[in-house]
Amino acid sequence: MEKLHYEQLGETLYKETLDNGLKVYILPRHENNKTFSIFTTNYGSIDDQFTPMNEDEVVKVPDGIAHFLEHKLFEDEEGDVFDTFSRRGAQTNAFTSFTRTAYLFSSTSGVKDNVKTLIDFVQKPYFTKESVAKEQGIIEQEIRMYEDDADWRLFFGLIAALYEKSTVRVDIAGTVSSIQDITKDMLYQCYETFYHPSNMVLFIVGPVDPDEMLSLVKENQAGKTFKEQGEITRIYGDEPETSYKKEDTLHMNVQTPKVLLGFKEANDDYPLEGLSYELAMQMLLDIMFGPSSEAYEEMYREGIIDSSFSTDFTMERSFGFSAIGGDTKDPDALVKKVRETIRSYKQKALSEEEMAITKKRKIGSFLKQLNSSEFIATQFTRYEMNNDDLFEVVPKLEALTLDDLEKVLQRHFVDDHSSIMKVLPK
Amino acid sequence: MAEVETFQVGSMNVHFQPSKKYKTTTFVLQIKAPLEKGSAAARALLMQVLQAGTNNFPSRRAIRKHLDSLYGASFGGDVSKKGEQHFLTFFMEVPHEKFLQQEDEPLVKKALTFLTSALLEPVRENGTFKESIVYEEKQALKSKIKNIADDKVRYANGRLIEEMCKDETYGIHPYGSYDEVEALTTQDLEQAYESLLENDQFDLFITGPGKVDELTPVLNERKASFKSRAVKTSTTVNGSTNNGREVIEHQDLQQAKLHLGFRVPYTASDAEYATVLVANGIFGAFPHSKLFVNVREKESLAYYAASRYEPYKGLIFAMAGIGFEQFEKATKIMTEQLDALKAGDFTEDELTTTKLMIKNQILEQVDTARGNIDLMYQNVLTGRERSVEERVNEIDAVTREDVERVSKAIELDTVYLLTGKEERA
Repeated sequence: MEKLHYEQLGETLYKETLDNGLKVYILPRHENNKTFSIFTTNYGSIDDQFTPMNEDEVVKVPDGIAHFLEHKLFEDEEGDVFDTFSRRGAQTNAFTSFTRTAYLFSSTSGVKDNVKTLIDFVQKPYFTKESVAKEQGIIEQEIRMYEDDADWRLFFGLIAALYEKSTVRVDIAGTVSSIQDITKDMLYQCYETFYHPSNMVLFIVGPVDPDEMLSLVKENQAGKTFKEQGEITRIYGDEPETSYKKEDTLHMNVQTPKVLLGFKEANDDYPLEGLSYELAMQMLLDIMFGPSSEAYEEMYREGIIDSSFSTDFTMERSFGFSAIGGDTKDPDALVKKVRETIRSYKQKALSEEEMAITKKRKIGSFLKQLNSSEFIATQFTRYEMNNDDLFEVVPKLEALTLDDLEKVLQRHFVDDHSSIMKVLPK
Repeated sequence: MAEVETFQVGSMNVHFQPSKKYKTTTFVLQIKAPLEKGSAAARALLMQVLQAGTNNFPSRRAIRKHLDSLYGASFGGDVSKKGEQHFLTFFMEVPHEKFLQQEDEPLVKKALTFLTSALLEPVRENGTFKESIVYEEKQALKSKIKNIADDKVRYANGRLIEEMCKDETYGIHPYGSYDEVEALTTQDLEQAYESLLENDQFDLFITGPGKVDELTPVLNERKASFKSRAVKTSTTVNGSTNNGREVIEHQDLQQAKLHLGFRVPYTASDAEYATVLVANGIFGAFPHSKLFVNVREKESLAYYAASRYEPYKGLIFAMAGIGFEQFEKATKIMTEQLDALKAGDFTEDELTTTKLMIKNQILEQVDTARGNIDLMYQNVLTGRERSVEERVNEIDAVTREDVERVSKAIELDTVYLLTGKEERA
């Protein structure tokens, strides 16, 4: 077992890759009551075209199947896994993102049993025709719930305006009609392809003994056999560099209009590696539009924005985009001001002072986030799957130069790559 | 966990909990007053204005720049109600310098100095609040009130409370109404501010890796400013006043939001508190609870189906997002689950599991700074000093008979449905 000590952060992380390829990380936190564990596969909603295990032809599966699979894994012959965790006073949950599906629990007792249950239920698919049909009703209501959520519709509306080909433009849960096409055989096919241990990461954080935990996981895995698996072939489609629609509007039952302006990443030639690029983008958004920026102050004073105004940058395998906006009485004025601010930043030089204070702020925010076991486990896994290291955030931030930021600024904010999404009252 | 140190600075109660769990220090300043129709809006606007500028940092941007220099310290405010009490809450969180390479001066001192100045030294012009700030913050608060309607679940819950408690103090929204905010003058704000400093009860909670000696000098300097006394507030707890009245509202929607409001004659101040937590747990607080199992797992009627206990007024809310045509069926199943509880129709397994889940929840809650502070403040508000251990023991002691007895006292008050304009084909 590898032991990684991060002196400045006061954290020690233990790591091992098992024979079957499963990566296990353990972060002891003895001051805590709670143990949090998350078991993640590198498979999400965008992985809808792939070559199934032991087959040659590429298949296209219905929208929303990764999320559907996430729901169905909670059920086995004996019933619901929720019950097994509940009987030990543990909370369990799961989520599906564009690129990952994660299963998790938290508990303050019975941790060893809970870790075993977590691994076992994820590694034991059980789908029947009846149970698939039953889940369709539940997921339909989940989809309807999001359909009434204006902020969700705004965000996904922006993505659908930016992207023409990539499956990222499709809702993670699919649609009420696409989930009707899902069968138990398709679920098994996706499962066999994407839930091999070599495609997965297990992270445990809490008051645990790393040796004890690791041998428990090893023993559990040694009792199971998995077929050898090579590289997974995934097809993402050829996404054009320019945005699909310059602008889109949705009319909904809302009081206040909402708007987002977004920029899509060009496909390749990144000036920085993954984590550094992401940090540089976050810094730029913060410098230009954070609560201490000139633009934020002006827009707040004019009543164009309120506390819902925010910026976001998402980058995962095969796609990346920024989103800037929020609730506003005047969507056009907001977009105009944001575009003007970007233009003026692209024309003038960034200052050392701006960069220094932004780094300071980001280091502090990172420390705040590290208080949360959930944050560490979830984000560490995410970075690990992108070949990065969460605990390198501070040194990577410190290493960024004005020149780096300048390159990222000029590359990312290109008008041809942008879209506007509005949600307006009916 | 280390002992909480409690002491007074002027009339403010300070509660300091040293903890090595965190890389930051968290401050929560709770300001309590009675919930009243006439003052809620002014106090809500005051909370906005107090975050918009201090003597030293006279604008929102100046404040943010100062916070940036404290390594992006968080600072914010919130307005809420618990029972018939109104709260203004300031919070602040700042990294501890031992995790920072280039910092030796205690950041907690600077953070606390700033936090107290936000309360005591708002930016002034001609002896009162700045007109331009009052104007901007009024706009911001009005848009907050307006935007509540855009979150349909939150809106439906708010409407249920409004309907249930229309003749009670609890029916008042902590922000006041749009029109009340609109009508406020700078003078109203001035009065609200004076009254707050004179009459409200202040409790300051601090938790983090630092030492209390770093904080006391800052607080002692401000001692004279904390002159208010302990505030007596009271909440009326009553039975059902609407006897299951149905309120149906139509909007353009994809899913109906069904909210049931119940009365329970016990609050967190009562000995029955733990029993209500267990009863509500069997009813709807968890994935193994009756609501989730019957509404979602058995009938596939909903994605979410849950219940929540308001422990200061004695209310239980049950909610589910359902198809438009399922209103009657879902309401029937949901009320039947409560009837089952009253009839003692729950297994040993349901009882044991619920207790384990609640105990786990308490232990997990104290791992987070804000969660731990919430429990400490509940002890202050209820006057019942429950340690974490005592809370766990209280849950353990709940019997099947207790649950039946308390459940029998739960009464359906109002059924609120927010549904679509027409049936979907």
